[in-house]
Amino acid sequence: MSTASGRAATDVATAPPGESPGSPAPRKTPTWSERWGRFDHKVVPYLLISPFFILFAVFGLFPLAFNGVVAFRRWSLRNPAADGWAGFDQFTRLIGDDRFWNALGNTFGIFFLSTVPQLFMALIIASLLNRRLRAQSFFRVGILLPYVTPIVASTLVFSQVFGRDYGLANWVLGFLGVTTELGGGIIIDGVDWRATKLTSWIAIALMVNWKWIGYNALLYLAAMQSIPKDVYEAAALDGAGAWTQLWKITVPMIRPMVLFTVVISTINGLQLFTEPMLFDTNPQSASGGTRGQFQTVGVLIYQTGWKNGNLGYAAAMSWALFLIIVVLASFNAFLANKLGGGKR
Amino acid sequence: MSTSGTAVTGDAPTTGMAGATPTKEIRPTDGSPRRKAALLGRSPQDTSAGFWNYLLLITAILGSAFPLYWMFVVATGTDATLARIPPQVVPGDNFLHNVGVVLGNVSEQGRSYANAQFASSMVNSVIVTTLVTAGMLFFCSLAGFAFAKLKFKGRDKLMVIVILTLTIPNQLGVVALYIIISQFGWEGQLVSVIVPGLVTAFGVFYMRQFIQDSVPDELIESARVDGASTFRVYWNLVLPIVRPALGVLGLLTAVGTWNEFQWALIALGGTDNKTIGVALSDLASGNYVRYRIVLAGSFLATLPLILLLFVAGKQIVRGIMEGAVKA
Repeated sequence: MSTASGRAATDVATAPPGESPGSPAPRKTPTWSERWGRFDHKVVPYLLISPFFILFAVFGLFPLAFNGVVAFRRWSLRNPAADGWAGFDQFTRLIGDDRFWNALGNTFGIFFLSTVPQLFMALIIASLLNRRLRAQSFFRVGILLPYVTPIVASTLVFSQVFGRDYGLANWVLGFLGVTTELGGGIIIDGVDWRATKLTSWIAIALMVNWKWIGYNALLYLAAMQSIPKDVYEAAALDGAGAWTQLWKITVPMIRPMVLFTVVISTINGLQLFTEPMLFDTNPQSASGGTRGQFQTVGVLIYQTGWKNGNLGYAAAMSWALFLIIVVLASFNAFLANKLGGGKR
Repeated sequence: MSTSGTAVTGDAPTTGMAGATPTKEIRPTDGSPRRKAALLGRSPQDTSAGFWNYLLLITAILGSAFPLYWMFVVATGTDATLARIPPQVVPGDNFLHNVGVVLGNVSEQGRSYANAQFASSMVNSVIVTTLVTAGMLFFCSLAGFAFAKLKFKGRDKLMVIVILTLTIPNQLGVVALYIIISQFGWEGQLVSVIVPGLVTAFGVFYMRQFIQDSVPDELIESARVDGASTFRVYWNLVLPIVRPALGVLGLLTAVGTWNEFQWALIALGGTDNKTIGVALSDLASGNYVRYRIVLAGSFLATLPLILLLFVAGKQIVRGIMEGAVKA
């Protein structure tokens, strides 16, 4: 910014009070107030934005890079002396690690069961909200109840609801006549939710869906409301009902937002942690069920790093997950873009 | 809709149906035989919601509220009412006892829950939430102001960097973050969950958009002419104007911070400085989980947020919707 006079014309708003651009004063030693003005003009803006960049560098960017280093080291909580370079050992181990592949399968299963219904339901609710409504605020605020509920609290409620013996869900299923025979001839109402992969995935996916449908609905609603009204006027579809209107006009028009939510849900869904962690009858074990039926990669990373004390291996898993997320998020973005484009 | 982009008063964009042009409101089909015809060429926002629309929305609200209601039912129950078949579906009268147990004031069958430190974790969560929210409001509005109204070298490039950082899933650096925190000696200290959250890219971006739209350049100019320093302009001029945005950002931050679990568990788990989520997960661990105790605790942890939603729900909705349109 040495060309202060050249910029002055466009820079009136921030011209320091000490300088008067129009009058070329004879060169002299700057006074303190001039120095302050210069400082205020040139340095202070950087001071104002520095907290973000400093904190991001220390707690965001550096850990991500440093994680790469840790992944190549034997970094142990229990046995610090064992620290040393591991080379690619931990990555080779990962490829042959059944527990990792099991966790990855669970993560994808739950991800699929939660993301697809979640975004679909959110679209429906958004379109229901996108009407001339009485008590509009009541509905918009009401669907945010799950969003403000701590995930820990809601997961614990669902843990009770999906309990094997006294759970609400099993009582309802029992009422409908659904029973399951456990080993040894014991018959229970409903199903043993935590016992199998599919049932535990369904229960966990339900928690995720409950939590995020309303939030995503508001995102879609915001996008829907910025569609110009003449789009609807121009596209007079013969005999089009609300349903056709939604899929033929509204959804294609909010494609960028759909894309955004798909990418965000992919990123968050693949890191799923709290629900599978606390759904376990003994959360402290972080084992995701007795045989890891619903252990996600996020939970496995926690178990490996902090329960088993193997931070190096946990870091290697994090990197693997990171790569998977990048690939899948890009793929899903591509897919959503394609599908949305075909709808027109 | 054309005026929504220039809203400077902080009104939620695009909700101003009252101000919609009357020409589009002809409603020629009122009383016409088929409702479908009414939809022809009419935007959904100009279409009144019908019976099914309301019914489905009410179902959605009930679905959203039910787990919270059930949390309360269990939290007010006794072991007997919870084991009953069919289950008791209305609240019982054991709430205060269960709360007493979870707070560690009442011991039950020789077992005290005092070591779960639920009460102190509640206090910790209040401290953490307050400090993080205050820091967010200050640092994000400061940076947002600089990006929106000050001219400096590299400004636009730096702003792009801020936006790009939004896409980085930094949870994945959690192992390294833990090692760094331990090096600082912050393990088990509240500072470990406070400092990393003091300023976020979303907050900076959100404040920048708002300041850009709502603070007139002329106002800053004239303050400058009067000799006001950059910080004085920020403090005396910008802050009062952007108060609505600060409220929204503060609410979103407070909700997010209060509910944070994964990092808190890693940094504070197993220590004497827990936040509420960590304390709850401790309560739920063990061989035999007493759900009425655990859910009494969950209810206490949820209550402040429900009250917040009750009082400031409109602002929270606005924050989410505005953030969405701008992102």
